[in-house]
Amino acid sequence: MSFFSEALWILLLGSLLGLELIGKVPPTLHTPLMSGANAISGITVLAALTLIITSGDNLPMLIIGAISLGFALFNVVGGFLVTDRMLAMFSRKSQRK
Amino acid sequence: MNITEILKYTIDLVAVLLLALGIKGLSKVRSAREANRLAAIAMLLAVVGVLFNYLGGTGISLSAWIWIFIGTIIGGSLGMITAKRVPMTAMPETVALFNGCGGMSSLLVAMAVALFSGTRMGLNNGIVEKISIAISVFVGAITFSGSIVAMAKLQGWLSTPSWMQSKARHFINIALAVLSLIAFIEVITGGGSGLFLLLIGSSLLGIGVTLSIGGADMPVVISLLNSYSGVAAAAAGFVVRSQLLIVAGAMVGAAGLILTQVMCKGMNRSLISVLFGGALGASSGSGSSPGEYENITSCSVEECALTLEAAERVVIVPGYGLAVAQAQHTLREVTRSLEASGIDVTYAIHPVAGRMPGHMNVLLAEADVPYEQLKEMDIINPEFPATDVVLVLGANDVVNPQAKNDSSSPLYGMPVLDVQEARTVFVVKRGMSAGYSGIKNDLFELSNTSMVFGDAKKVLGDLLVELKELGVGSKG
Repeated sequence: MSFFSEALWILLLGSLLGLELIGKVPPTLHTPLMSGANAISGITVLAALTLIITSGDNLPMLIIGAISLGFALFNVVGGFLVTDRMLAMFSRKSQRK
Repeated sequence: MNITEILKYTIDLVAVLLLALGIKGLSKVRSAREANRLAAIAMLLAVVGVLFNYLGGTGISLSAWIWIFIGTIIGGSLGMITAKRVPMTAMPETVALFNGCGGMSSLLVAMAVALFSGTRMGLNNGIVEKISIAISVFVGAITFSGSIVAMAKLQGWLSTPSWMQSKARHFINIALAVLSLIAFIEVITGGGSGLFLLLIGSSLLGIGVTLSIGGADMPVVISLLNSYSGVAAAAAGFVVRSQLLIVAGAMVGAAGLILTQVMCKGMNRSLISVLFGGALGASSGSGSSPGEYENITSCSVEECALTLEAAERVVIVPGYGLAVAQAQHTLREVTRSLEASGIDVTYAIHPVAGRMPGHMNVLLAEADVPYEQLKEMDIINPEFPATDVVLVLGANDVVNPQAKNDSSSPLYGMPVLDVQEARTVFVVKRGMSAGYSGIKNDLFELSNTSMVFGDAKKVLGDLLVELKELGVGSKG
């Protein structure tokens, strides 16, 4: 039961941290922020990895794990790159100034 | 605690710290790009941490490496290609697509553990595992199906079916929610028999809820679904017992909720009315139906150019139409020539112009429009009476005076740009069709408004030619 109670504390503190992190966001950044947070939510790569590693020789789990890893990485890689593309447009001008 | 464990915890802690700093930095213009990279590094670190932990412990078998390799190559390269290829205008639907896939990933992990785990280490099908699996499947399925519907609607592949706008949809959605709840309890108490019912029920619920939501509200829904995918990730963290996953998921879930709230405020809508109010146009059946325009003044590009030439202060109001026509570069050329003739040009950015907050900022930034020329609604609104010409490019609902004057209008209460206060208003539009909300725009009938019909890019191109002929921009 110790993992569970620990995990609940972690869940609580993580949620509180998330609530505090974003205060005022200029409208300009709504889309990039959403996209960036979206990329971070692809952290389920860790779940997929853990699933594959602990599957042993259980073939269905390995296959589903690999598909899951693919979906999660699609989210992570695509999410970060797309966010960078958006933000690059803002920073390009400010350098020129 | 051996050295591997200490290292693993250190890596995890650093990863969480960097992720938190990343989210924080993303909410400020100056630090946003670095923050995004920081978050990406944190993610890489977290992955290394997991691999490292198992290498130091039970080891990773060859077959596991092979499957990891396959998943990484396929998912990673598809993500890279999509991110590089997708046009800037399609950003909202791209975010929705990525988000849905994140939800799908959590869903698959939970399904695999529930169906095939058998005697897996650490998982003896206790009540905590069952609840985590049920939550992960439930939220993951809603995220996936909801995001895909949101993407399809934004792409124009799907429109809201008429029965979805009637009251019947509430009963259908409630029925689906009850079905999901029953299946949820079945998964927790019984065996795995409720699992597929839960999967089907929650997938349909995600579709049912998203399908009835109108285009203007879509960004809010995507943001909310983004928050859900964080919740799904946290639940998956309980399933595979990863504390890092729980923290990160909870953080994204909570931050996404706040962002959703911020967006709602920007549109003067409550989250409840977004989720349950349905399509904006649905309630406008009485009162004002679109298409009954009278007293429309249309004018040629030439007249528009003449008026612009005589103006001193010009305000551009960009909207979705500009994004669709990809006319931002042509617009930039037009404004450059106006500026060269000493005409003061600014851009009025409505918080929800386009299909996503910040959409117009991104679009205009792509065309090299200086950041200082973009003015937010609160700042530009008092300046309209002193403005000679307003050029509305593919925007509609955000300049509808009904939102201020007509309390029976579904738009009533939404903050809008007061363009009608300016001396002359030109509206560039493809036709007389209604905006995304399906509501008639009173602005078009005002005496100081002239319509210039045509695709934004073509009109701006013609305008550029006309202005050149008038000698605007050629330093004279």
